[in-house]
Amino acid sequence: MTGTAARGTGKADSDHARHLLHQMLRVRRLEEQCVELYSAAKIRGFLHVYIGEEAVAAGVMSTLAPDDAVVATYREHGHALLRGVPAGAILAEMYGYVEGCCRGRGGSMHLFDAATRFFGGNAIVAGGLPLAVGLALADKMSGRSRVTVCFFGEGAVAEGAFHESLNLAALWQLPVLFCCENNLYAMGTALARSESQTDIALKAAGYEIASWSADGMDVLAVEEAARRAVDAVRAGGGPHFLELRTYRFRAHSMFDPERYRDKKEVSRWMERDPIDTLRTALEATGQLSGKDWKAIQREVEDEVKAAVEFAEAGTPEPLEDLTRFVYSERGAE
Amino acid sequence: MKTTYREAMRAAIRDAIQRDERVFLMGEDVGAYGGCFAVSLGLFEEFGPERIRDTPLSEAGFVGAGIGAALGGMRPIVEIMTVNFSLLALDQLVNNAATLLHMSGGQFNVPLVIRMTTGAGRQLGAQHSHSLEGWYAHIPGLRILTPATLEDARGMLWTALEDPDPVLIFEHGTLYNVAGELADDAGPVDISTAAVRRAGQDISLITYGGTLPAVLDAAARLAAEGIDAEVLDLRVLRPLDDAAILGSVAKTHRAVVVDEGWRSGSISAELSARITENSFFDLDAPVGRVCSAEAPLPYAKHLELAALPTVERIVAAAREAVGARG
Repeated sequence: MTGTAARGTGKADSDHARHLLHQMLRVRRLEEQCVELYSAAKIRGFLHVYIGEEAVAAGVMSTLAPDDAVVATYREHGHALLRGVPAGAILAEMYGYVEGCCRGRGGSMHLFDAATRFFGGNAIVAGGLPLAVGLALADKMSGRSRVTVCFFGEGAVAEGAFHESLNLAALWQLPVLFCCENNLYAMGTALARSESQTDIALKAAGYEIASWSADGMDVLAVEEAARRAVDAVRAGGGPHFLELRTYRFRAHSMFDPERYRDKKEVSRWMERDPIDTLRTALEATGQLSGKDWKAIQREVEDEVKAAVEFAEAGTPEPLEDLTRFVYSERGAE
Repeated sequence: MKTTYREAMRAAIRDAIQRDERVFLMGEDVGAYGGCFAVSLGLFEEFGPERIRDTPLSEAGFVGAGIGAALGGMRPIVEIMTVNFSLLALDQLVNNAATLLHMSGGQFNVPLVIRMTTGAGRQLGAQHSHSLEGWYAHIPGLRILTPATLEDARGMLWTALEDPDPVLIFEHGTLYNVAGELADDAGPVDISTAAVRRAGQDISLITYGGTLPAVLDAAARLAAEGIDAEVLDLRVLRPLDDAAILGSVAKTHRAVVVDEGWRSGSISAELSARITENSFFDLDAPVGRVCSAEAPLPYAKHLELAALPTVERIVAAAREAVGARG
């Protein structure tokens, strides 16, 4: 598997690498802003941030076409953002305002966006896998060459829905890419304490699904693995499975005292920060100047600032609309 | 034409598949086997394995896949063998099918139809005989149908498929062999109203699904005793047709709810509460209920019969409400 160190340094490659760096930084800063807003009580409920895992979403999303579908988990701000949901709509959703991408009905764990075919935001672990299988079934039955990508954590591997979904996808040869974000902890339970077989890619292989793992801290490695898989799925090669080995730098949620892992382990992983890693590699090969980096940072700062302003200016939905969208509004169709 | 409930349901599936290329049936043994209760018998040969799609024993997987396929533009009919098995898919039904539209702020509706068998009376024991449709009727976002007649077996499916939101159809296992006359041009029916199956003046017997035949028998017995019972078939457990329920009670001033589910925390409790809340001053007697015994359904025939609402128990409850006659 090639990655950061082995990429080309041609102009297109450099532009693209800088683009990925920019994408990861967008996620990082949005998440940092979320934590800040949570501490200021602007955001409530459960908040799960993606800091440390940005290379996974950035690498996979860059391989998708606009009419592909994405199913994600409750740690999905980054996936939504990189799929194209505006940062303002994401933050406004967490503020609980009507300008949010779900009018404030979903919140942090349930971001949805029809325009970018972003199907959540599922907060039942492994609950999104059967949906992804069904989306892929619809594409296959309709003769469309779309890909459905489903993100889930390694904790989902213990759920029955994981196994049922992999079996169905393989049995029916559906165009779905399963992306397991293995960050080693299902909330606070370490992989080795919850799985008898900790080689996750091997489990998928047991269902006759082409499957391999990639370094989830290296965005170029993730992208390369994802591109290979997405191309194969789109070409009719049936379901594929990626195990992306990554790490969550922050607590599971804002309520997690992190009793279950060693601070040294966290700092060891932070040395492999996907943003720093790529930035350093690009600088070392002359592909990123100090000026370039400043420009990226400024652009991200502006985006996040504008998103906060957008959310701050949001409006609460009228109470009389509380029971709207329990059933479809047929008159409005 | 002469037909059965089973054949009417099959005709409805065939019709839907012919009408709309997005429609397909999937579930355990719906294809090569012909359906556990033979509802889909012959359709596999007629339409092939893509549209009459056998699934593994993976209720969460294939119900969730039905939801995903509906999101992806298809119009799936998912068959679950029995309501007890649907519990394996409860997460998908309650956490996804019923919530996606609301959680997404109106962006993603789920046009999915799920059919399943419900109810007792066939000595199938406690894991194949329960009546849990009342549980599902608790969930906002779902529409719950209980076809009890040939017309509804033939007509509810297409209307359910046209509904933009998830619809669950509960088919009582004892109804499949019910035979009768069905109009040659029988077609789609509404899925929002209750229906008066027998008009009467003295008492409203309110029921749905598998207990409708027993309630009609009870009404005939009561008529012989001079009690003119109205029989209201709910047809739809969510949303309930309040106007029909309260309208009937306003006319008769007495009500007995007959429900094969358990009494505690049930749809019969909901009906009783609504009548009491809205029609208290119309009532000449407390609302009565005839439900199943509060026990898992037993296998032995005499015990199972004793657990279920019977014609005798319905007649007795009606007599009591009307005033201890007989």
